[in-house]
Amino acid sequence: MEHIPILEMGNFLLVTIQVDMHDQLAMTLQDDLTNRISQTNADGVLIDISALEIVDSFVGRILGNIARMSRVLDAQTVVVGMQPAVAITLVELGLSLTDIWTALNVEKGMALLRSSLNKTKNQVKWRADDDAAD
Amino acid sequence: MSESKIPAILETFEADLLLEWTQELATINIRRGLIKEAELQEECREFLSLFRLAVGQGTLSNIQAGEWQEMRSMLTGISRSRSQQGFTPSETATFVFSFKQPLFNRMRQQLQDPIELGEEIWLATNLLDQLGLLTMEAYQKAREEVILRQQEELMELSTPVIKLWEGILALPIIGTLDSTRTQMMMESLLQKIVETGSEVAIIDITGVATVDTLTAQHLLKTVTAARLMGADCMISGIRPQIAQTIVYLGIDLTDVTTKATLADAFLSALKLLGATITRSQPK
Repeated sequence: MEHIPILEMGNFLLVTIQVDMHDQLAMTLQDDLTNRISQTNADGVLIDISALEIVDSFVGRILGNIARMSRVLDAQTVVVGMQPAVAITLVELGLSLTDIWTALNVEKGMALLRSSLNKTKNQVKWRADDDAAD
Repeated sequence: MSESKIPAILETFEADLLLEWTQELATINIRRGLIKEAELQEECREFLSLFRLAVGQGTLSNIQAGEWQEMRSMLTGISRSRSQQGFTPSETATFVFSFKQPLFNRMRQQLQDPIELGEEIWLATNLLDQLGLLTMEAYQKAREEVILRQQEELMELSTPVIKLWEGILALPIIGTLDSTRTQMMMESLLQKIVETGSEVAIIDITGVATVDTLTAQHLLKTVTAARLMGADCMISGIRPQIAQTIVYLGIDLTDVTTKATLADAFLSALKLLGATITRSQPK
């Protein structure tokens, strides 16, 4: 069966979709990714869809779901590199994916993930300091 | 109906007809500067030889028949170039219709029987009228193509995407926003975002006279699409009147950053990118 490769980069997972998504593939990705997040305890997921030229409503919804699921598993998801045509299609389909982070390219997506991670880390550190002070 | 005499007449008097026709054209041709004499003569010669060929094959009533194919494409070509050169419609049509005079003169000389003459003239008139109409149609089509192209160009010109700063794009909109234009605007903005890798886009609607629900919806779509791609989108230049309209129409702009002026939007875009502007000298 076809799988979309999921790469590990430090505490992030990297998914690059290089083929046209069909329904089954999207479902498989959803399974694989959620499994992998719980296995690796990843902090962030970056999904690069810059090679994706067509999306339908189903794939669009799955993308949104994947992002929400990983959020539940405590991994922040960033969808990067969406093509204009894809963005227009999703908007026309009424899928605005308002609760999902987006970035222009992999580089910016990574920066976004890192900065969010630093923020939470700092918070944790700060809490720990507080506890120590008590 | 008996065999038409037109092919024979054309065959025998081709040279004479050509001479008379070009003379005829020379007298009517008011705007001589637009086309060279030699060029016109060449066109006449070509027309005549194609005409003779087609008529020789026997179909005199229907120019849609196969043997008229070359004639049709030649006339289409002529009218196209005429429309580009700035000829008026009647000047273009005259090219074909002026052929009647020399042809009918010949026919009158050659055909003695008035009934036959009448029939033949009717046939020829019919034929030349069809060809004349064909030129008009081609002329009109060429003109329409020009208008369509200009419309598209105007559309592209009216929605320029400007790079204000490294990472900041602006799209000043002037005029009314209809569906086609918004579509074009959205596409060019999103394309530019990909090309330049800009993180912030400012849509400035200072030049938009009125905003209705449809326009607002289009704007919101553009903002959402840009956001999906990973760019922030702001709307600036909202005049008090438009702000009132937006509220009265119940359009929800809470998810969109809106600013009163382009300058405000630019400043907050810079802030978003972590850049600041300072005066080098105190005022």
